[in-house]
Amino acid sequence: MSKLLHRRQVVRALLKDRNGMMVVGGLGAPAWDITDAGDEPTSFPMWGSMGGAAMVALGAALAQPKRKALVITGDGEMLMGIGALATIAVQQPANLSVVVLDNEHYGETGMQRTHTGFGVDLVKVAEGCGFKRTLRVNTEEDVVKLRDMIYNQEGPLFALVKIDAEKLPLVLPPREGSYIKNRFRIAVLGPDAVHDE
Amino acid sequence: MTGSKSQASANDADNSVDWPRQIYDLFKQHRIRQVAMVPDAGHAKLIKMCEADDDMLLVRLTTEEEGVALLGGAWLGGDKGALLMQSSGVGNCINMLSLPISCAFPLLMLVTMRGDHGEFNPSQVPMGNSTQAVLEATGVIVKRADSPDTIAETVSSALRLAFNTYRPVAVLIGQGVIGAKDFRKLTVKGTTE
Repeated sequence: MSKLLHRRQVVRALLKDRNGMMVVGGLGAPAWDITDAGDEPTSFPMWGSMGGAAMVALGAALAQPKRKALVITGDGEMLMGIGALATIAVQQPANLSVVVLDNEHYGETGMQRTHTGFGVDLVKVAEGCGFKRTLRVNTEEDVVKLRDMIYNQEGPLFALVKIDAEKLPLVLPPREGSYIKNRFRIAVLGPDAVHDE
Repeated sequence: MTGSKSQASANDADNSVDWPRQIYDLFKQHRIRQVAMVPDAGHAKLIKMCEADDDMLLVRLTTEEEGVALLGGAWLGGDKGALLMQSSGVGNCINMLSLPISCAFPLLMLVTMRGDHGEFNPSQVPMGNSTQAVLEATGVIVKRADSPDTIAETVSSALRLAFNTYRPVAVLIGQGVIGAKDFRKLTVKGTTE
């Protein structure tokens, strides 16, 4: 039995009682994970645009500085948009956390190994870019600490959660983009958001 | 084409219209807040004005596709934005454009052209020559402005099209407006730019 953390347990622990936090799920398993934890209007599950999840979260975080923003994505998706870590660090959004669920594999395409399994260290990358806080998450105690940092401390925060490379049943979010967008905007901006700029 | 126009050198930009200021004024009028960019010489003045404006947020990108995703998130959170780049950057954006297209996010892209009018650098031509076709094939509406006096009206209409009808719209600002860089002139000793 693997001692590695299980992704769905981690995500459920992070998203329980999330208090209106804006949550972007990177394409593939993280989008299913945030849906498994409870599909909410302030969730933005991504169906494509690989490499873009952290930047979507940055845009929302900059627009809503008084609201927490969290991106949960995979190691493959983060690697494709690795420059986003530099871009986020330059902006220093205090309300943004980036959590990478790292199973060292591309899970949706047949479990091919990613760079993180060959020594590429995303925590060091984030530190080098200038993230205010970073955390390595390997145990359940670390998950408790991560939750506290997301909700109670100033960011930007980057956390790398080493997880089991398990294949789980898909929990699909809605996939019609306008619907996902408008329910998010209504939840954050109010009912007039579908009419107003 | 008139004789005087055909004799105009490619690196003689027409500076009689302050189109960067006009674009900045349109940004203010439309409450553009997040200005995302990979720099281009053609956007230098506009970038400076946006950076100096406390009501705007200049977001430096490592690659243009970051800006496509950023401005999707900005719209989710209630901010309007614009993405500035040169035509080389359009190629970097293609897959990311599936986000504004599938979610009907408004997106304004202001693209200064390279590999276009009087280009000196062979490497700029493949992307410059394909910019409009690639954007249109992806589903982005494209408007061109090839003279300084048409830029403000073109950007104004693109802003309204993007934000009133929820879709990505690109304005291509022709290289004839900005002028082509002649690298030979830059090799003279003592020349700093």
